[in-house]
Amino acid sequence: MPIEVRHLTHCYSEGSVLRTVALDDVSFTINDGEFVGIIGHTGSGKSTLVQHLNGLLKPSSGQVLIDGEDLNGEHVNRRALRQRIGLVFQYPEYQLFEESVEKDIAFGPKNQKLSPEEIAERVRYAMDCVHLDYDKYAARSPFELSGGQMRRVAIAGVLAMKPSILILDEPTAGLDPRGRDKILSMLEELHQREHVTTLMVSHSMDDMARLAGRLLVMSEGKVVADGTPREIFAQEDMMTSIGLDVPEAARLCARLRAKGYDLPADLFRPEELREHLLRLWKEGSAC
Amino acid sequence: MLNNITMGQYYPVDSKVHRLDPRIKLILTIVFIVIVFLAKTFAGYALIFAFVWMVSRIANIPFRMLLRGLKPLRIIIILTFLLNLFFTSGETVWVQFWIIRITKEGFLQAAFYSLRLIFLVLGTSLLTLTTSPVSLSDGIEILLTPLKKIHFPAHELAMMMTIALRFIPTLLEETDKIMKAQMARGADFESGNLISRAKAMVPLLVPLFVSAFRRAGDLAMAMESRCYHGGEGRTRLRVLKITRNDWIACAVVALLLALIILEGIFL
Repeated sequence: MPIEVRHLTHCYSEGSVLRTVALDDVSFTINDGEFVGIIGHTGSGKSTLVQHLNGLLKPSSGQVLIDGEDLNGEHVNRRALRQRIGLVFQYPEYQLFEESVEKDIAFGPKNQKLSPEEIAERVRYAMDCVHLDYDKYAARSPFELSGGQMRRVAIAGVLAMKPSILILDEPTAGLDPRGRDKILSMLEELHQREHVTTLMVSHSMDDMARLAGRLLVMSEGKVVADGTPREIFAQEDMMTSIGLDVPEAARLCARLRAKGYDLPADLFRPEELREHLLRLWKEGSAC
Repeated sequence: MLNNITMGQYYPVDSKVHRLDPRIKLILTIVFIVIVFLAKTFAGYALIFAFVWMVSRIANIPFRMLLRGLKPLRIIIILTFLLNLFFTSGETVWVQFWIIRITKEGFLQAAFYSLRLIFLVLGTSLLTLTTSPVSLSDGIEILLTPLKKIHFPAHELAMMMTIALRFIPTLLEETDKIMKAQMARGADFESGNLISRAKAMVPLLVPLFVSAFRRAGDLAMAMESRCYHGGEGRTRLRVLKITRNDWIACAVVALLLALIILEGIFL
């Protein structure tokens, strides 16, 4: 299910003094199986954009086409489409409500009107995806888990619907490094194993450097850059001018280059930087 | 989705009425309510209407805004009108068929009582439209201070009001967010019969309560870590002062009161 966004514009409080343009003529296409990162400063329109992608917000003008079908068209079953596009909100653990982890994860499949056996199977599948042990956690109350575990339960609640497109809004915000690492490796695994089209909104350039195959950079409601992380992170000046960082490794690399070290301009992963540095060190070609 | 609650909403412009002392405004509003009940004739109501209109002009509040406060009460007003219209006995019969009987007296009384309700709402809306919730609860706190002698928790009550008002927009936003999150998981809040709709509220209400309790805990912690310990010995950031305008406002309302009392005696 490719997603195509055509000239999407969204204004909040249309027709009043408080009118603000959150999205301004945004267009892009996302193909099957891609892992796309959406980055941008606070208030750049990222969250507004992802809410359009499953029809929770209606565009002021423009279209969102899922599989060639207009999401806001007249004869579209939005609820059915919504279940094929899994959206994980910011701080999704605040949406948990059931008395047990199992019941909470089953909420989505139940709304899909699946059979009880199918639902039970889906719950096991989703808990497996987020690395939560079924026997240990299924019967526990979601409110007595740790923050990171609650978040994984909430993500499992979306995965249980087996969406063909998974959208995550800041899935690692507010987690400790370990919780963050777990979520990221879980997403990586899911993308590699199931080829789910994944869109991830994040502030963290290091998360993006690790996962995304393509980046959309947003600023003031517009997509200002669209390309591979390698292309994007090489443009440190552009990124700083819109208030964003580049990954630690890319910044270190740029500084070393400025001092005259012979390094390629487009390094952004810690591992590849280490490799190049080791090579330089072995050659003994420090200046 | 959820932000059209107008009754008692502050209208943030600057005017002489906005700058009046909240204590004075509160007292004058109470006096106004008494005036509305004292008025015995339509002439008196004309006078009261002129007063309300004048205040709204001075306060720079469009009269339309003021009328919007009536909307939530329209059913009560209409009901009052109809009940009085049909069930008041009188001599001059206008319409009569089957068990329905409308008399001139009934009509006048119906009009009179519904106008009374309307004026009560308009007068109190004037207060809430021109006074920010924070200064309103400040005013209430000071007016209730004498009751502290009989161990009435005036400060705590005002603080609770301020906090409750402060959290209305936050909770609305939260509701909107949780609603969307559950809709993304296929929840349906819009269709179905009454029972299935009530059931559909559970996934919304449980997270909302959980987060409200969490926020309350966080807030209490934040207040205590800044040494909040109730109202005792607490000084204020904004010290309220009575100005010349406050005296003028009192004089105008006193004049209105006098006129209404005279009207009651002579008309």
